[in-house]
Amino acid sequence: MDNQTVLAALRDTVGREIRAVSEFRGDLSVTLTPAGYLAAAQFLRDDPELAYVFLENLCGVDYLGRKPRFEVVAHLTSLRHRHRVCLKVGCDEPDPTVPSLTPLFPTANYQERETFDLLGIKFAGHPSLTRILLPDDWVGHPLRKDHPLGDEEVAFTFNQERIYARKPFARE
Amino acid sequence: MTEPITVPTPQQIIEPAISGRTETMVLNMGPHHPSTHGVLRLVLELDGEVVVNLAPDVGYLHTGIEKTMESKTYQKAVVLTDRMDYLAPLSNNLCYALAVEKLLEVEIPERAQIARVLLTELQRISSHLVWLGTHALDLAAMSVFLYAFREREQILDIFELVSGARMMTSYFRIGGLAYDLPADFLPTVEQFLAIMPSRIDEYEDLLTANPLWLERTVGVGVIDAQAAIALGLTGANLRATGVAYDVRKAMPYSGYETYSFEIPIGKNGDIYDRYRVRIAEMRQSVKIAQQAAERLRELGPGPVVTPNRKVAPPPKREITESMESLIHHFKLWTEGFKPPRGDAYVSIESPRGILGCYVVSDGSPKPWRVHFRAPSFINLQSLAHMAKGRLVADLVALIASLDPVLGEVDR
Repeated sequence: MDNQTVLAALRDTVGREIRAVSEFRGDLSVTLTPAGYLAAAQFLRDDPELAYVFLENLCGVDYLGRKPRFEVVAHLTSLRHRHRVCLKVGCDEPDPTVPSLTPLFPTANYQERETFDLLGIKFAGHPSLTRILLPDDWVGHPLRKDHPLGDEEVAFTFNQERIYARKPFARE
Repeated sequence: MTEPITVPTPQQIIEPAISGRTETMVLNMGPHHPSTHGVLRLVLELDGEVVVNLAPDVGYLHTGIEKTMESKTYQKAVVLTDRMDYLAPLSNNLCYALAVEKLLEVEIPERAQIARVLLTELQRISSHLVWLGTHALDLAAMSVFLYAFREREQILDIFELVSGARMMTSYFRIGGLAYDLPADFLPTVEQFLAIMPSRIDEYEDLLTANPLWLERTVGVGVIDAQAAIALGLTGANLRATGVAYDVRKAMPYSGYETYSFEIPIGKNGDIYDRYRVRIAEMRQSVKIAQQAAERLRELGPGPVVTPNRKVAPPPKREITESMESLIHHFKLWTEGFKPPRGDAYVSIESPRGILGCYVVSDGSPKPWRVHFRAPSFINLQSLAHMAKGRLVADLVALIASLDPVLGEVDR
């Protein structure tokens, strides 16, 4: 199996949904519309010739300042052909949502929950989209590029009064 | 029609129980429980002693490694990878280094490639020894632990010899190795490899035909190949179901295609098959390590980092003689190297399964995004599928057989 065969098969089925194709360092990545992303994953999984039955990796990236801002990246592997294809789908604020792959690949469950937890991307059709790594009452999504990093102000003798005045200490 | 595969959340089990809609009992196991191999909390729904449903609750060790890496230069981020899967730091180093090297397209010298294969195979043995020891300990076979840790100690001594650290080695750097292998490395390794096969026989004498061991493991925690692939189960757990998928063979990296070894597989996908597969994997690792040691001996001394000065710093003595080297040295340590824009995904066969690393570069000296496909995290999803209808005591054996490392689960 090589990149061109897979790409030709994808063009035949979801050709109109493909937004961009790139081959970087020998790896094929196909950027699709949300509807095309789901259709392509379903096609790659169910086609008996291709058999990309294994969802190896799913994660999100925050490209702050770019349109669309977020991108979800899924790596599908064909165990038979020992080949990997990368599907990408963009989504934007204020409500970044992409279709969930969990109904097709149960292994996407935790990976989509992790992406939701850390990047705030919603997955439509996910059975239980809740936080997984962070506590349920956590505010914000730390892997976003505009998430404040937080630091501890260092107090020296010359400025400690000013800093201690606004520092949240445990008080009686 | 089989039941669809679901991965429940803790809330889905707790809420019906709190509102009194169920006849079953909900029990909390962990996060501090000796058999959960770390801070893993399990919410169990029990009918008597039978597990009706369960949900792992993870995140207690979340340290934001992926976020922290975004503010380090590529080379400095290597140390963070050690801290994910702390039983196999060298495999993590390798995966991250390979991903960045793929972005950079650098050539790695032969000696470094062989050393990487040799050390990651030793790492696999040491990680499997911890699995074996703790697995047996969970099933009340105390002595195996002592045997297993005896050999693990020897492997950690080898790591200390090459890197100065027993566990957090950070020995594989982008472009090659951190420093050259010491002179007494090969004799030490060869001595260890010579005794290791007989030591594996010893473990097998203790367990393989032990009736108590068989009773606790044969036919327990069964998963079939189709469900395992759907749930993303990888590593020895997948191979125990009969799927001969090993990244070292399927998509070889670091020159694995030139070594002769086999992929051990199981048949039934139960705990016993996982045990047999891992034991056989240790024998194969010894075989690969022996081939690598022979090659190192034949190859003799040589460079261990890439000659590409834009990635690896020049040797110290060159700095005193060449202005260009001084500039390279200065640029690398003040700024770091800049991979071209783009993204790369690399997966390797870590002791726990397929470890993947996805790196996005925006052309700056710091990674824009690093994501790890953590095998322990994804393997945990199949726990509920395997434990349903079994006893709580079987669950203890099952967790151990999956071999999760919670540092990697939570990252």
